Amino acid sequence: VSAAAGPDRRGRAPFGRRRGTVVGARDLGAYRVFTIAEALARAPRPLAGQFYMLAAAHDWGGRGDERPFLARAFSVARAHELDGQLALDFLIENVGPGTERLSELSPGDQAWFTGPLGIGFTAPPAGRMALLAGGGVGIAPLAIWQDQLLAQDRQSIALLGFRDGEHAAGADLLVDPAVATEDASVGRPGLVTELLTDELAERPDAVVYACGPPGMLEAVRALCAARGVSAQLALESGMACGFGACFGCVVALRDGSYLRLCTEGPVVDAARLETALAPGHPRRPLSGHPQRAIGALP
Amino acid sequence: VSAGYVSAGPQTPRPGAGLALEFCGIALEHPVINASGTFDLIAAAETFDAGLFDPFPFAAFVSKTVTLQPRAGNAAPRLWEAPAGLINSIGLPNKGLLGYLEHDLPRLHRLLGGTAAPPGSPDASPVPLITNVMGSTAQELIELVSALEERSEIAAIELNVSCPNVRTGLDLGADPRELESALTAVRPHTSKPLIVKLTPNASDVPAAAVAAESAGADAMSLINTLRAYAVAPGGGAWLGGGTGGLSGPAVRAVALAQVAAVAARVSIPVIGMGGVETARHAQDLLEVGATLVGVGTASFTDPAAGARIARGLHSKPANSGLSPQAHA
Repeated sequence: VSAAAGPDRRGRAPFGRRRGTVVGARDLGAYRVFTIAEALARAPRPLAGQFYMLAAAHDWGGRGDERPFLARAFSVARAHELDGQLALDFLIENVGPGTERLSELSPGDQAWFTGPLGIGFTAPPAGRMALLAGGGVGIAPLAIWQDQLLAQDRQSIALLGFRDGEHAAGADLLVDPAVATEDASVGRPGLVTELLTDELAERPDAVVYACGPPGMLEAVRALCAARGVSAQLALESGMACGFGACFGCVVALRDGSYLRLCTEGPVVDAARLETALAPGHPRRPLSGHPQRAIGALP
Repeated sequence: VSAGYVSAGPQTPRPGAGLALEFCGIALEHPVINASGTFDLIAAAETFDAGLFDPFPFAAFVSKTVTLQPRAGNAAPRLWEAPAGLINSIGLPNKGLLGYLEHDLPRLHRLLGGTAAPPGSPDASPVPLITNVMGSTAQELIELVSALEERSEIAAIELNVSCPNVRTGLDLGADPRELESALTAVRPHTSKPLIVKLTPNASDVPAAAVAAESAGADAMSLINTLRAYAVAPGGGAWLGGGTGGLSGPAVRAVALAQVAAVAARVSIPVIGMGGVETARHAQDLLEVGATLVGVGTASFTDPAAGARIARGLHSKPANSGLSPQAHA
């Protein structure tokens, strides 16, 4: 009974956490990209938008405030075969004790990972353009989505926004992206939502796929809603388990119910949301680094 | 108590081999179960492959709390990472009693091998199901327990008594007299084993345990989470629910003290839990008087933690002979 096929956008993950070897790690501007590999035979291929729970196998904890304690949820940025193994790339920005430890991983180090988890993106109807809108570290799931769309001969355009030039180096993760930076150092000065507005004016029947900080996602949601454009948002939240056990990662839906991002997301149809801001907690002001303040665990 | 958990042999593959025991008349393969609300079997079965049942990590499965009416749960944020622990303010989201009986119970029963052996272990017997309920009055508890009594799929009932009393403001389980009176009212309505999940947020936890035993409880489980608070970066409460409950390694020493104190005062079995991450931690709780050990927050970071801990108990000598701090 339990082994019955799941929803289309979700593969079954092997039960439990697995120990993998870090086979690559490099700086990418303000970010770090690291790669975990496991034997192909047991490695399920992740779908774009799915995520893994990650933790270093050693020295996880005992930093400032005796953290990190929980594993950290990260969208997979790319999956590829490497020397008979499945290699998974993750994009990390060092913003707290967990991401700091993950940023230190180097080839040969061991990491725990559980996944692939959650529900990923759904391809646009035939003949419709996919517009991929990413902000900051949120570009990660759009990289693998671009790969998978390309493999299916589907058309996509990548639009990426960053706060400055150092972060804009992350744009290398995607093929031929249009870039906007808030400090005007790279690409178009301004926000990724301005790129998206222009693109939607040209292609009103496109389907939008977005991931980024809550302020950006809310802007994408609002501008798509105003234009009747279909949008899939990859949201994030503090998450303790990643497999539906803790009920911690909820997002409030338009109908007043809560959705667990880990099992019913992280990709959510924008039409189901009243707002993408501060999941379930609109009274919290968005300032500083909203993604850090209300998003995933740092 | 712990003498029953000594290894049967080094080559037995099943995690519970040699650890089988009886708890309130229920046969269990080993003494490791889950803490209520820390493992959603239905979601896990939709997320993971059949390895979930090969072997199933827990010797009995405890449901999350069921209340009379459906609950949406608390506003986000619901989590805060604490020093070596987790503060949660989930708010007991659930489908309500009728939703549980109609939708969740049949699925849990099937997944636990109630109608067929669980996938991956064709020879395994069904994993007993313990249903956890919470009511804010004795009348609500009676309604809940009476409904569960009718269902043969349920092996035992656990009462979550960490519900604040609207009159006193105290948790029902924090006031021995209130607890005793509620249990006395509930007890005649079920013949199933009644486990009382004690709150650690009480001035005298053993007194509550003694009151529960005298009112007819069949077992105790403790500790629930410790009341805790997190300040948002900009000030004020971080958690949508205001306060939350602390769990994880941060509470382990408190759990040991409370389990030991309760086990010394009651003659019914005690389920010890609180920050258990390894077989050694489980062994410690067994040594201070627990009959079963609950694994909770550890499953979040290691979904198969229960099986790992049961396997470790199997291979762990009763007395390791190590100095107290040397068992890292």
